[in-house]
Amino acid sequence: MPAEAAVIEALRGLIARSAPAATGPFCPLGLPALDAALGGGLPTGCLQEVIGLADGAAAGFAAFLLGRLAVHGCPSHPRPVLWGWLGEGDLHPPGLVAFGLDPARVILLSAASPADLLWAMEEGLREPGLAGVLAELDGSDLVAGRRLQLAAAAGGVTGFLLARGRRLSAGELAGRPSAAALRWRVDARPGGRWRVELLRRRGGSPGVWILERESETDRLLVAAALADGSPAPAAADPV
Amino acid sequence: MWLPRWPTDRLRRRQPIPSDWPLVAVAEFGGRALVTAADSLAAAGGVLPGASLADARALLPGLATLPADPAGDAAELARLADWCGRYSPLVALDGADGLWIDITGAAHLFGGEAALIADLRHRLAARGHDARAAIADTPGAAWAIARFADGPETILSSGRLAAALAELPVSALRLPPTMAAELERLGLRRIADLYPLPRASLARRFGLLPGERLDQALGRAEEPISPRLPAPAYVVRRVLAEPTLEADGIAAVLQRLLGRLCEELAEAGQGARRLDLHCYRVDGRVIRLSVGTSQPAREPRALARLFAERLDRIDPGFGIEAMALAAARVEAMSDLQLVLERGSGERGGGERGSKAGRAGDPLLASFVDRLGNRLGFSRIARAIPRESHLPERAVSRVALDVEAPPARWPDDPGPLRLFNRPEQVEADGDPPEAFLWRRRRHRILKAEGPARIAPEWWRGATGDVRDYWRLEDEEGRRFWLYGEAGGWYLHGLFA
Repeated sequence: MPAEAAVIEALRGLIARSAPAATGPFCPLGLPALDAALGGGLPTGCLQEVIGLADGAAAGFAAFLLGRLAVHGCPSHPRPVLWGWLGEGDLHPPGLVAFGLDPARVILLSAASPADLLWAMEEGLREPGLAGVLAELDGSDLVAGRRLQLAAAAGGVTGFLLARGRRLSAGELAGRPSAAALRWRVDARPGGRWRVELLRRRGGSPGVWILERESETDRLLVAAALADGSPAPAAADPV
Repeated sequence: MWLPRWPTDRLRRRQPIPSDWPLVAVAEFGGRALVTAADSLAAAGGVLPGASLADARALLPGLATLPADPAGDAAELARLADWCGRYSPLVALDGADGLWIDITGAAHLFGGEAALIADLRHRLAARGHDARAAIADTPGAAWAIARFADGPETILSSGRLAAALAELPVSALRLPPTMAAELERLGLRRIADLYPLPRASLARRFGLLPGERLDQALGRAEEPISPRLPAPAYVVRRVLAEPTLEADGIAAVLQRLLGRLCEELAEAGQGARRLDLHCYRVDGRVIRLSVGTSQPAREPRALARLFAERLDRIDPGFGIEAMALAAARVEAMSDLQLVLERGSGERGGGERGSKAGRAGDPLLASFVDRLGNRLGFSRIARAIPRESHLPERAVSRVALDVEAPPARWPDDPGPLRLFNRPEQVEADGDPPEAFLWRRRRHRILKAEGPARIAPEWWRGATGDVRDYWRLEDEEGRRFWLYGEAGGWYLHGLFA
């Protein structure tokens, strides 16, 4: 039955395309609790979203992830990353140092339009010489997200959409459908700490962690894993 | 090439005038209307440039007249010269109605000299221009033959210059009219009459010019033409068998041109920093597209991608019939760079120590170039530290290919977000116990400071001393505020 076989083949293709977004090898973050929950480290070669309204915190967490990706596999010669935004932007590159990302290895892009920014991001995701690409953009539509996810899988480069909640609330951002493989939400917590929540992990389990920085070394530590797969109990959250 | 009716051909193209009406261009000189150009019908009727309009009307009552436009004629001739770039990059203007095209080594691309000259005249005729053209070993001979030979297309074979020029009048030597008239008065009508004359006696009477022109025409003296546009050292061109309207067709031709150009560059050990693509349209317009690269490059595929973004912006009109690709700027390029450009995995830090700190890795050069060509090179940058204790001055954005001296980032790098224009906030207390920013009230639980930053007087800066505070609100958000002259300003956000 060649006709039936063809239909089945086509259906298989459809299923494969709608299956969980492909992710590449893991990049250990050096945070054992987080690495374990992620299955060995941060998945590479995929699209991820980072949502943060306190904003400084989300950008800092994204810088930390990019910094780890930059030295992953080549510790002595960090690979460059692309960090793009719309218009003027307010990234202060020296501030990246504290999160382990060398500003000299960051290509800064100030795009004139969301379309330009998405185009540059897609190009970057297909550029294997890059360690990662970040675009400060309040989400993207599903089609654009899918394009980015495919580009990331093709180029093996990890992409981040950093949503700053300029137009949408955190709840709206967190509830939107997306083609991203991972979705993070990062908020500031008193004492210079971050609350990092993994809202979505295709084929994995969500979780919430409190990260803090070691005062002498600036190294990030997991201060507390609040929950695995279940909503954070209010009592455990030090807010 | 000579365009004997250039001004009137142009006027006819712009104004619908019945083709059987004689036409002259007219300008006023000292209160008299004079004919400055006459078309072939007017000339056949005896009206020649220089005649007064009244005389011309007397000769040809049905004469059409239009005001002369010498500036427009010159500008259009320059455009025509650019269009002739489809035949050769070396095109020079010759007076008000002629062009020199150096087709050395180019004729075979068009199927030989005869085919080239026929193609040129045919295309000009289609645009309403009567052209006479000649191919010769010297510009002077080509000039003479184009104007004085019997047919409109003449190809002079090598070594026959003296014989071919012999019967032409001396004015074919590009001499001032008065000098030509003087020679003719002495019975020296033909160029051949000058051949036996002792050069010294000719020079005594007429100066050096006639002898010089004769030598130039006969190829005894060099006469370089001065091209209107400097000829790039590396240029390849291709004439399309059929004009194309499709972006795919243009891309395919570009691909081949790139392949050939990159081979030439590789042989010379050069890489391109700027490429100019000229697309010659059927209607005579030339579409130019330039791409720049941040580092010398000669990888056809990478360069093709730079163009790819913009090929669809080419308006082909009724079709593109020829394309030329030139490396307008080149730089020496080592093989090592090429290896890195191709991304062979050669990425040791050692041998490129000075570049190790650059985000503009040669590996990424083609990527950066794609970004720059599409989005503008001013939109991509990298940050380098700068000596300043003002946080907003402690970093400068430079182009990716700028080599910067090694410098250290400040120990206290400041916040991760820094506003270009600090935002004034309504604050209570000093240091603030709460402040209102973007319609939200932030209650401060922790304040660190103040850190005093004075204006940098040695830069001539003016302004007040700023007292910076690190503030943390009840949710843990960290702000960088400063008080200045009684107001509070939010300057940045910490992560």
